[in-house]
Amino acid sequence: METTLVQESKPPKEKAKPVSALGMIAVDAAERRTPADEFADPSFEVQQLDFFYGDNQALTQVDMAIPRGEVTALIGPSGCGKSTFLRTLNRMNDLVAETRVEGKVLLDGQDIYHRQVDVVELRRRVGMVFQRPNPFPISIYENIAYGPRLQGKVSKADMDALVERCLHGAALWDEVKDRLHTSALGLSGGQQQRLCIARALANEPEVLLLDEPASALDPKATARIEDLIGQLRGDYTIVIVTHNMQQAARVSDHTGFFYKGRLVECTPTAQMFTRPEHQETEDYLTGRFG
Amino acid sequence: MTPSNPPADSAPESPARGTLRGAPSRHARRWKERGILSLLNSAALFSVFITLAILWVLGAETSNFFAQDEVSVGEFFGTAQWNPLLGAEKHFGIWSLVCGTFLVAGVALLVAVPLGLVTAIYLSEYAHPRVRAILKPSLEVLAGIPTVVYGFFALTLITPALKTFSEGFGSFNALAAGIAVGILILPIITSLSEDALRAVPQSLRDGAFGLGATRFDTSFKVVFPAALSGITSAVLLAAARAIGETMIVALAAGSTPKVTMDVRDEIQTMTGFMVQMALGDVSNYGVEYYSMYAVAAMLFVLTLAFTLVGSWIRKRYREVYD
Ligand SMILES: Nc1ncnc2c1ncn2[C@@H]1O[C@H](COP(=O)(O)OP(=O)(O)O)[C@@H](O)[C@H]1O
Ligand SMILES: [Mg+2]
Repeated sequence: METTLVQESKPPKEKAKPVSALGMIAVDAAERRTPADEFADPSFEVQQLDFFYGDNQALTQVDMAIPRGEVTALIGPSGCGKSTFLRTLNRMNDLVAETRVEGKVLLDGQDIYHRQVDVVELRRRVGMVFQRPNPFPISIYENIAYGPRLQGKVSKADMDALVERCLHGAALWDEVKDRLHTSALGLSGGQQQRLCIARALANEPEVLLLDEPASALDPKATARIEDLIGQLRGDYTIVIVTHNMQQAARVSDHTGFFYKGRLVECTPTAQMFTRPEHQETEDYLTGRFG
Repeated sequence: MTPSNPPADSAPESPARGTLRGAPSRHARRWKERGILSLLNSAALFSVFITLAILWVLGAETSNFFAQDEVSVGEFFGTAQWNPLLGAEKHFGIWSLVCGTFLVAGVALLVAVPLGLVTAIYLSEYAHPRVRAILKPSLEVLAGIPTVVYGFFALTLITPALKTFSEGFGSFNALAAGIAVGILILPIITSLSEDALRAVPQSLRDGAFGLGATRFDTSFKVVFPAALSGITSAVLLAAARAIGETMIVALAAGSTPKVTMDVRDEIQTMTGFMVQMALGDVSNYGVEYYSMYAVAAMLFVLTLAFTLVGSWIRKRYREVYD
């Protein structure tokens, strides 16, 4: 990809560390901490992440690697920091007043909290879908065109093609192809949520962050979203927060268990659900709390 | 009145529950309910009655006006010369007063709409909560100033300032009055628009930011359009207020009815004329006295039209969020 997160990339200094394709100085491999080593090419590496809402610490010393092209589920009791963690990955927490981040979040080896990082560009590369479907009160077509239009002018023909591609990608095309120019608010909740996924896809992101994307939907719509996640797997790195352990088991390759702001463990999903390493994980999975 | 009420009394009651509800207290409660209901009904009926009474007086006196020999409906709606006081040369063409009203209201909206909307967007989307906590109440103080103060302000400050720019300004002129009315309606537009903007669900902003929108993109391309119906109704409400504003125009706009688009001219508005009539020593039963009611009726129809269009727009374009 030719895009760069950095607004103006500085010329590399003499004797500089190798410059990544994205224009920023890559973090020395030796500086990287262990969790990343499990994966040859992680998409995100999170290192010693602390997060504060004012004086209230919501995340403590989170180390996590998120493998590229796979589905990572985040589970844990409500209030344990799953959403907060997800929102540190595209810096949506910047919008909340009086918050503070410590530690590193590397996307393709670049620290996304580096002061030169262009947050707008970051959010285009790391798309997000929220708990409640939130289509804009405009037409289906315009919802999808919104992201690409922010980046510049797109010809009508290209946009038509893009809209169709994204709606296919979100398994929504057949249901809406005859009413692209009607209000998105006329869709059912499940359709709206898939539209929000299509809208995120239109930015051609590398990563999709899904924060309990099915919690407001009925079981049938939930199943469609889960199918869709399966289809997107491989093309996108997906991180999904879910309240529902069965859902995590169904859709994810890796699962991270959060408890009281800490990442207790992060292992392949099958392993987490059969042989959890920590007592807290086991207690949660067996429903002893949460 | 309320057929949807569950038929509580006809439902069979078990003996055990019957002892819990003593018959006398149930009786008393029902009478109390009925008393409260009829009190509320009569309060509502009273305001309807007052409205109808006003309309009736307005209609009766207006038809008295049109019954006069000097007056014809054709002249009233078909011409633009308004001269109710000049002995034999009396003319009753409403359009010069309507023109004066709309000239002042137009200037007021030109001042207040851009300023008010930008302020509302700033307060709702950009301002730090602490800044908003100071700014919003101070705007509301602006709304509490008596309009006669604005009138003097227009007459003694705005007009002299305007005169330094152009010789063409009269001592009374539409622009000074319009600017003052604009300042008067600024808090209405700002406050109501800000409410409309803040009513836009946070999830829409999140959606836009999540797609890489800047704060500007989010405010102007997502939040503002989503709040448009509320903003439109705010503007129409402010317009109705500007059209009905009396004290400022009576003091600063003058008393020369004419059809003009030149804001430097002295003009007269419908309300300005009514003040002149009500305060001047016109006989209580002359044609000029009745003309006041005809003008009032016209003003009523115009503001009603604004209100109706406003609520139609609000219904037609309202977005439903769950
Ligand atoms: N905007 C906020 N301001 C202050 N505290 C917050 C905010 N959002 C979340 N928190 C706090 O951070 C903690 C983690 O919340 P969250 O990440 O939403 O948990 P989860 O998504 O796992 O339910 C909770 O204690 C919550 O009260
Ligand atoms: Mg959450």
